[in-house]
Amino acid sequence: MTEAQTAQLKDPESRAQPAQHVEPSTMTLAVEDMHCGGCLRSVERAALRVPGVATARASLAAKRLMATYDPATTCEADVIAALDRVGFEAAPLEASKQDRGDQRQKYLLRRVAVAGFAAMNIMLISIAVWSGEGGDMDPALAQMFRWLSALIALPTVIYAGEPFFVSAYAALKGRRLNMDVPISLAIILATGMSVYQTMQASEQVYFDAAVTLLFFLLIGRYLDEALRVRARGEAQNLLSLQNGIVTLLSESGSQTKVPASALHPGDRILVAVGERVGADGIVAHGSGEVDQSLITGETMPVAVTGGAAVYAGTLNLTRSLEIEVTAADDATLLAEISRLMMAAEQGKARYRVLADRAAQIYAPAVHGLGLATLIGWLAFGASWETALTYAIAVLIITCPCALALAVPVVQIAAASRLFKRGVMVKVPDGLERIAEVDTVVFDKTGTLTLGAPQLLEGEAVPADTLAAAAAIASASRHPFSRALVAAAEARLGSVEVARDVEETPGQGLLVQTAQDEERLGSAAWCGVTDVSGQTAEVWYRRGDDEPFCFRFADQLRADAGDTVAALKARGLAVALLSGDREAVVTRTAQDAGIDDFVGELKPAGKIAWLEDRANEGHKVLMVGDGLNDAPALAAAHASMSPATAADISQRAADFIFQGRALSPVVEAVNTGSRARAMAFQNFGVALVYNAICVPLAMAGFVTPLIAAIVMSSSSILVTLNAIRLAGGPRS
Amino acid sequence: MTALAWLVPAALFLGALGLGAFLWALRSGQFEDLDGAAYRALEDLPPDDDEAPKK
Repeated sequence: MTEAQTAQLKDPESRAQPAQHVEPSTMTLAVEDMHCGGCLRSVERAALRVPGVATARASLAAKRLMATYDPATTCEADVIAALDRVGFEAAPLEASKQDRGDQRQKYLLRRVAVAGFAAMNIMLISIAVWSGEGGDMDPALAQMFRWLSALIALPTVIYAGEPFFVSAYAALKGRRLNMDVPISLAIILATGMSVYQTMQASEQVYFDAAVTLLFFLLIGRYLDEALRVRARGEAQNLLSLQNGIVTLLSESGSQTKVPASALHPGDRILVAVGERVGADGIVAHGSGEVDQSLITGETMPVAVTGGAAVYAGTLNLTRSLEIEVTAADDATLLAEISRLMMAAEQGKARYRVLADRAAQIYAPAVHGLGLATLIGWLAFGASWETALTYAIAVLIITCPCALALAVPVVQIAAASRLFKRGVMVKVPDGLERIAEVDTVVFDKTGTLTLGAPQLLEGEAVPADTLAAAAAIASASRHPFSRALVAAAEARLGSVEVARDVEETPGQGLLVQTAQDEERLGSAAWCGVTDVSGQTAEVWYRRGDDEPFCFRFADQLRADAGDTVAALKARGLAVALLSGDREAVVTRTAQDAGIDDFVGELKPAGKIAWLEDRANEGHKVLMVGDGLNDAPALAAAHASMSPATAADISQRAADFIFQGRALSPVVEAVNTGSRARAMAFQNFGVALVYNAICVPLAMAGFVTPLIAAIVMSSSSILVTLNAIRLAGGPRS
Repeated sequence: MTALAWLVPAALFLGALGLGAFLWALRSGQFEDLDGAAYRALEDLPPDDDEAPKK
């Protein structure tokens, strides 16, 4: 945070000061849908055209815009509005969340660079010494080279080893063992012993091994951090975009844009047509229809009038609404869902990642072997110097170099593979958890289905009726209207737009023409009395003509059946849990080929179902999008949400997938289990190396040359193996 | 062998130069947006154009 920002926070009045006295402030905005160089330019240009913005620089990798601006003339909301006009949705990021991960990443990258430089130069010198050994190399020259190595190695170990020493110290202080304890011990002992041996003009010098070890370990650490930073950054962008900006109405009726997080109960907000409601509340003024599918799983819009409750995340469809905020009230739906989620998440916090579990076994084994070597050689009457040198050789050989690379390299390869296929890894541990699942549970609306109704038997509708109905429908944002227009456009090419359409929320549309009136809406709206009530229906009637019925249904995603079949082919059980009516759920389940389904479930019911499975020893992957799914997403062993999901669900999910296809679920499960298999392969490689070299090291046959070759080759092998995962085309 | 007296320092100096260049690039933010930099290179407008984004 710049000084100017700090000053501004401490002293809000600084906004009022004249421009020349105010240092420019900086803002960071998350920008959605920025994919190419063209987008980058449009975003920067749009921001620069806002008066008061001095500089603007967008980052394509981070999907963010950094701008410096004069707080006296402009503010974040102005820039957001300017970006909105050129078609980019943006939202402010909290300043505190922006930089911390980045800095750790840079801290590690600097150390990777220094260790890499040192490793290369020491190796250069070492190779000269090794090849001259027993030959024509002047011993004095060899000795000078060793001192030179020491000169490079000592500062490097102190500087680049810092992250490991700090972490090992923290672990020891807490009376724990982690992977960094044997690493630190090996590096410090190897370096210290080598300095001593150099003084003694001995050939047992391990500077190259110690620094190369550090270099490879730092790469692993850096990759791990890079994945975390990327996942965290994307998650933050996502949340910022969803918290978004709401229009606050003051008592005098003036409008200001504020972040949704700044709302208080009792505030009045204005929700325009097509906007999501920013907070839980009650309708204070106006009436219209809202799409609550994210909350209830029900695709049919609900008509609301003054006094009706509306929930954050619902979509306002037909008319702008004035809403009185009640969000802080503990009785709101959101608060209830949050409570369920927090309880559910506690179970998941106990999960220990693979690398930690490996370290738990590995660290004591390494220490034990090193100690056994030391004591063994002393018992056989070797000098303490020789015994210690051999013990250090064991520590260096067993050092979890390949092990420390094994998991991070695989994870970053898996994450970038998934990213190319439209799946965002939000929680890196998720990759490990998704590999363990044996059951996949889908939500219905918005997950298995598209969450939007579509016209049934569109071909059977007479063309002129379809065109006339679509003309009226094009004036409305109601989901049925949109489906009707989409169907008409698909069949007739283009649709005329009717003028002066009146919309009555919850009932229908009306147009008065010179000859007669046209109505489109519910059966009652069109004066039809005998209705079947089987499917969602919309009626169309011109004057006193015979009314025509359009039928709609929420369609399955095109590849839902294939996805379910593919998951079953992998030996996974597939189930469907929904809050929707039993009959609808049954039909959807049959269409998708799912045998195990439950309908009319409340959020707590979904959790109970998941807990039953967990108690039977099953590990469940939950795929859902609604607010009602959020607790279940948090409770499941692993979880996925489509990018259209409610914000709280996206917050709970381990993976977010984009697009209209459901195949990313299969892709994520596949990649997860391939990554897991590959991590184990890599552990296997490390184990084979150790099985061969540890006996040699314990017997005292490992020279500095062998140690260097073994370590580099096992690390490179492990990395190359993992890269196989990242390949393949973009989808 | 006397050549080593300047060859070794020269090698170290060149290596250190590379390291210095990398650390400078890192510090000056050239690794911030690797994806965007690829597109910026194709940008037609000269960098001192008023319309162009300023650093």
